[in-house]
Amino acid sequence: MTASAPAKDIVRDYDLYLGCVAPNRYPQIEAATQLVFQKLGITLHDMKGASCCPAPGVFRGFDIPTWLAIAARNITIAEQDKRDAVIMCNGCYGTLLEANHIMKTEPERRKATNDVLAKVNREFRGTVRMRHIIEVLYNDVGVPAVADLCVNPLRGIKAAVHYGCHLLKPSETRPWGKDERPTFFDELVEATGAESVDYKDKYMCCGAGGGVRTAVKEVSLDFTREKLVNIKEAGADIIVDCCPFCHLQFDLGQVEVKQIFQQEFTIPVIYYTQLLGLAMGLSPYELGLLPAADKPAGTSPFISTKPFMDKVLSNMK
Amino acid sequence: MSIKRETIKKISHEIVDQVVEDELLERFKSCYGCGTCSGGCPSGRRTAMRTREIIRQAIVGLTDELLTSDLLWLCSTCYTCYERCPRDVPTTDIIIKLRNIAAHKGFLRGPHIAVCKFLINTGHGVPLDHEKNPNWMNLRKSLKLAPIPPTVHSFPEALKEVQTIIKELKFDELIGYGEEVQKEMAKKDKEMAPKKIQVLEEQLKKLKSEVEKK
Repeated sequence: MTASAPAKDIVRDYDLYLGCVAPNRYPQIEAATQLVFQKLGITLHDMKGASCCPAPGVFRGFDIPTWLAIAARNITIAEQDKRDAVIMCNGCYGTLLEANHIMKTEPERRKATNDVLAKVNREFRGTVRMRHIIEVLYNDVGVPAVADLCVNPLRGIKAAVHYGCHLLKPSETRPWGKDERPTFFDELVEATGAESVDYKDKYMCCGAGGGVRTAVKEVSLDFTREKLVNIKEAGADIIVDCCPFCHLQFDLGQVEVKQIFQQEFTIPVIYYTQLLGLAMGLSPYELGLLPAADKPAGTSPFISTKPFMDKVLSNMK
Repeated sequence: MSIKRETIKKISHEIVDQVVEDELLERFKSCYGCGTCSGGCPSGRRTAMRTREIIRQAIVGLTDELLTSDLLWLCSTCYTCYERCPRDVPTTDIIIKLRNIAAHKGFLRGPHIAVCKFLINTGHGVPLDHEKNPNWMNLRKSLKLAPIPPTVHSFPEALKEVQTIIKELKFDELIGYGEEVQKEMAKKDKEMAPKKIQVLEEQLKKLKSEVEKK
């Protein structure tokens, strides 16, 4: 793409698929995503009546036909709206992308699932795409156009970028190709002026998925602990992610890691659209980077993002 | 656990047949046991889970051992092994299928059942829970978002649809069944506990007397 080419004939209307963790535990992610897309001139419409994707770990692990049918129902909402859906969560992305793929390519499973959907007067037609917001930002809007909108470059901020698993894998259904060490997310992070620092086992799982956090929390937190050690060693100021479940695992996870392993970390965890919004000059309060006056106690984030904001402000001086 | 020649005298294809029912998983049979899967496994790095062993157990038909094992549930489904397998065995998808087989035999984990109940009752694995605890709803408000998101939480008829699908596919029965097996297992554990202690005490006595003799 040529430098600073304005985003041309890209799709400007999407359904926003919310999932569970973003709207119900980390609404900062939902708010920041809405604000950033507004700035980009892309409208995100409510996907009314959507449910849990359902989560690929627990529900797919228990009963694949139920997982497929509930996922297909969610997709039919976007089909009715005649819009592709954008997704903020890697887990939801994995479920909806793969369910869409199965339904489009396997006639027998599509028929069996449509027989179930008929009971709720729905039919999967295979007319829409399921896309991750990172995919829209990188492949459609493009890094130069994103960088152009960053009027407050976040210079001097060292970011440990966490891709997560289901954004990338299985690669055959993803738009990135088969690459164990991709750079697209780092490029988007660096478009904000922050520096993406390398760290050991950067592409490793956060530990939350596959029902591991649900059933064997200590094991899942040991994944997280290992990542936190490596991130700290690299001297990162913040962790930047693009999945609310990884986000929860890193944010609440730091509190839990302290309880279980007596190892203390205080690394702010920032979702990509929060970081981008800040660089675009949006209010840190609206992005959930500083607590609003009426923020209830005992809610997210559990690791304060204020040290990050302090550093951003002092670097600007 | 190592799989010795004596162990696999009687090969059963029960699991293999169930897995390859799904034609995309047929490459299951082409595993040559190289262990690339276990080599890159972030869970295997800290637990006793060995993907190679799970695939092997499934192929040689160690049904009960495999399906009741906690190890089956330690995979975080990161798909690293899946991407690296030199034989294109869909390893992660096989683990998911094996979990399905285990779940249908009633080998569910308690916390998993709890999450499934959230889905059945609310349509979300992680619900807003605003009736019991308004904090998360108020956090949404403080960020100028709709207090209740436009998901199944705002549309009771949409939740009904999800519940109809769940009933139609008997997912609720699957979870209920799992719960019964759980209760039974817990009861058995309780009954067996004094016996287990007795056996352990006897073993300890034996060891002590052997040590004393030496």
